[in-house]
Amino acid sequence: MKTRYGMVIDVDRCTGCGACMVACAAENNVPPGSPRVTPRTGITPMLVHKVSNGADGEGRREAFLPVTCMQCEHETPCVSVCPQQAVQLDPATGIVMQMPQRCLGCRYCMTACPYHARYFNWWDPAWPQGMEKSLNPGVAVRMRGVVEKCNLCHARLHAAQEKAAAAGKREINPHDYVPACVEACPTRAITFGNLADEKDPASQAARSPEAFRLLARLGTEPKVYYRSTRPWVRALAEPDTGRKEVQHG
Amino acid sequence: MASAVLTDRRWIARGVERASTSRFALWLAPWVAMLAVGIYATGLCLYYGLNQTNMDNRFAFGLWIFLDLSVIALGAGAFFTGFLVYILGRTDLKPILNAAVVLGFICYSGAVAVLMVDVGQPLRAWFTFWHPNTHSMLTEVTFCISCYLLVLALEYVPVLLRNRRLRKEPSAAVFEYRLHHLVPVLAGVGTFLSFFHQGSLGGLYGVLRGRPFAFREGFSVWPSTFFLFVLSAIAAGPSFLILVTATVEKLTGRPQVPRELLQRLGFLSGVLLGAYVAAKSIDTMIWLNVTTPSMGFAPWEYYAYPPFGSALLFIEIILFGLVPAGLLIYPKTARNRRWLLTGAALACCGILLNRFVLTVQTLALPTLAFDEFLHYTPSWQEVATFGALIAYGVIVFSLSYRYLPLFGQEKQEAANVSGR
Repeated sequence: MKTRYGMVIDVDRCTGCGACMVACAAENNVPPGSPRVTPRTGITPMLVHKVSNGADGEGRREAFLPVTCMQCEHETPCVSVCPQQAVQLDPATGIVMQMPQRCLGCRYCMTACPYHARYFNWWDPAWPQGMEKSLNPGVAVRMRGVVEKCNLCHARLHAAQEKAAAAGKREINPHDYVPACVEACPTRAITFGNLADEKDPASQAARSPEAFRLLARLGTEPKVYYRSTRPWVRALAEPDTGRKEVQHG
Repeated sequence: MASAVLTDRRWIARGVERASTSRFALWLAPWVAMLAVGIYATGLCLYYGLNQTNMDNRFAFGLWIFLDLSVIALGAGAFFTGFLVYILGRTDLKPILNAAVVLGFICYSGAVAVLMVDVGQPLRAWFTFWHPNTHSMLTEVTFCISCYLLVLALEYVPVLLRNRRLRKEPSAAVFEYRLHHLVPVLAGVGTFLSFFHQGSLGGLYGVLRGRPFAFREGFSVWPSTFFLFVLSAIAAGPSFLILVTATVEKLTGRPQVPRELLQRLGFLSGVLLGAYVAAKSIDTMIWLNVTTPSMGFAPWEYYAYPPFGSALLFIEIILFGLVPAGLLIYPKTARNRRWLLTGAALACCGILLNRFVLTVQTLALPTLAFDEFLHYTPSWQEVATFGALIAYGVIVFSLSYRYLPLFGQEKQEAANVSGR
């Protein structure tokens, strides 16, 4: 069966607790920020934005919108621009892969990404003494001067594939591959799965009338969907309908 | 004995007038200081990383990319003059060809040097040649700029070997003679390479589907910015050459080339600028009415963020486009040196503004509905590195002017002046 991994984030369920951000950082060996780090130089492959309907007083409504790499399927902006093929769309899984080992650090891919979901390592990675023991042995740390992004916890996919291979199976058990952010969400706001499988809960949620994608009109076919019953939240999908206030979480 | 050591007269061509050694050293001193500060800043960026800059994840390109795109466009005079002289047979432009080559070499070598600081892992630059992504405009830029820099270096060598002292070496004279025969071929190769990298630099932003402010439809794999960049570069290149020549004439107090030559260059620049303004206007109309709305963006909203108002569009197309084109083409203004230089300066400003808008404004503008307009101010390290490139250019050009035959009819012009 064709596999196209993606996720549906239920905005109405998101409380903005940030557990997904923390889990992502811990799983992927994102180093603690330098003392000079700013919201625009930190590494947050999963970033929760606080958004509002722009109204004041009683009419004001707010929501939390977790933004990560959208795993664009068509004319993936970052893939076509990388001069040395450090970014590739995995044809087997649909995951947009970043290879920091091959990255020149030119940051052209960051310029190309409309979702601002790519991050540059501005500093040498460093962990306080003792904290290095918490590093995930399945994920390589990235050096200074290269770009990184969400790769849907690819190390977990590898582990699931190894487990399946050890059991003599070709297909992985879907329960064995769940990204850290999905696993950590206390309200189960994120549904992860194979969007190409019509029976998959993620695929079904993506086809809900309340589902939407950010900047869908760019034609890049993002595989991260959002869902909300609130029209003003759905209007955030496109800039000409939903220019609103924001705070970064 | 001391004066013999301190003087460099033997290296200066006979029959040309140059400042005394001490005066020349005094002229170079501030530029050397500026270069030294820039090299220190560059060292900081290479040693500590790009955290020394004020770029960030959102403003991933900054002052340096703007600088690179501008400098490479202004350096286009080298390939374009070579093309006119050797391919189209415009030998009347030959007296300025050496100056154009040196200027091109300075612009390209400086831009490549800054690019090497601008990437996070400069030692991996060769990866682009080893694992090239043929779909990336940056791959095309890297290949063409590297090759063209080599071509410019090869074009510079014969000029270098025509130094008074070096010419006395028989082997150098033979080498220069042999290389000289290669120059027309190099001019052809340079034209081919330059066409593609000037265009690819435009394509760099034009292909960014995720940045609708920069994204353009085009022909085949090339967005319209590809062609606009080629046209604008060959329009601005000669204007920059006029400005540099006029600056040399002002500083030395002597004419370097026949006045008509600058007018002819200005006319060429003006005609090309006029064509560019027409193409740019059509492109802007298509972008405003078709491309951007179809992607879910309201194009006039891009101009709602001060200081990037719609006046920028007017300034770029009219004040820095149509006006200089008129000044450079209209015979009455083109004959007046002040208007000629004003036209050339405005044309260069237009290119700088165009590159600024495409690089900086593109990144400052929001894409997502809940994005914010961004501000970016370069750090002193970025500015100092920028300054180092300017200082490097002034030093190399000054040294070249002093010791090499940059302007082919300098002696005749000097004789004309003294004869009057």
